[in-house]
Amino acid sequence: MKFENYMILEFPSRSSNEAFARAAVACFAAQLDPTMEELGDIRTAVSEAVTNCIVHAYPNDLGIISLRCRILKENTLDIVIKDKGVGIADLEQARRPMFTTGGAERSGMGFTIMESFMTSFSVTSIPGKGTTVHMRRRIQKRK
Amino acid sequence: MQFTSYLQNSHLTIALTGEIDHHSAKQYMDAITGKIEAYVPETCVLDFQDVTFMDSSGIAVVINALRQMKRLGGALQVTGLMPQPLKVFLAAGMNKLVEIKEKVL
Repeated sequence: MKFENYMILEFPSRSSNEAFARAAVACFAAQLDPTMEELGDIRTAVSEAVTNCIVHAYPNDLGIISLRCRILKENTLDIVIKDKGVGIADLEQARRPMFTTGGAERSGMGFTIMESFMTSFSVTSIPGKGTTVHMRRRIQKRK
Repeated sequence: MQFTSYLQNSHLTIALTGEIDHHSAKQYMDAITGKIEAYVPETCVLDFQDVTFMDSSGIAVVINALRQMKRLGGALQVTGLMPQPLKVFLAAGMNKLVEIKEKVL
């Protein structure tokens, strides 16, 4: 896979890093000249993925979240967000809208939002090993 | 995390600000719960005009307020949603549960 640019970030699963992750990806995406809406979609999807790592992946302690962005051909932003946490036993169930293992404080809409805001989305997970979210957003070329 | 609230004729308006994500959601939930418990309004309006960003944690904040108002036999409305928060609100199907009120200037 050829890519024109990339960045890799690593940070602990503190909730104070959610805003940082959104801002970092938005800054990196700026080189594609996205619209406000496209930027909003990207920031939202990143927020959901990073929040999942913080809320679910490491329930007892802090762990590492790794975030990698690449600029692909055809004006596409490629984002991978990975953790080495508890993993998801039943992915099909996890992806169901409104399903959550996070209690009354969570809406269970994270995956649904990532799927609808990004051009493509996939999640893989191995219980006990970790979870990887891989998503892409194609940015419209502007005159 | 800042918010203001005012009560008028059993209508409680709570104005939220900034970004509503998992990091800030709990504080908002607790603040809203406290105000609704204190004033027991017939209607609660959550005003989002100063909310610059919201993810599904913001949806949970709204759902929480909705549950509380339903328990009181009252109604919940939202207003002032900017483009990004509105998009998240609609993607979560919240418009079917909560009325989006047009701002009255």
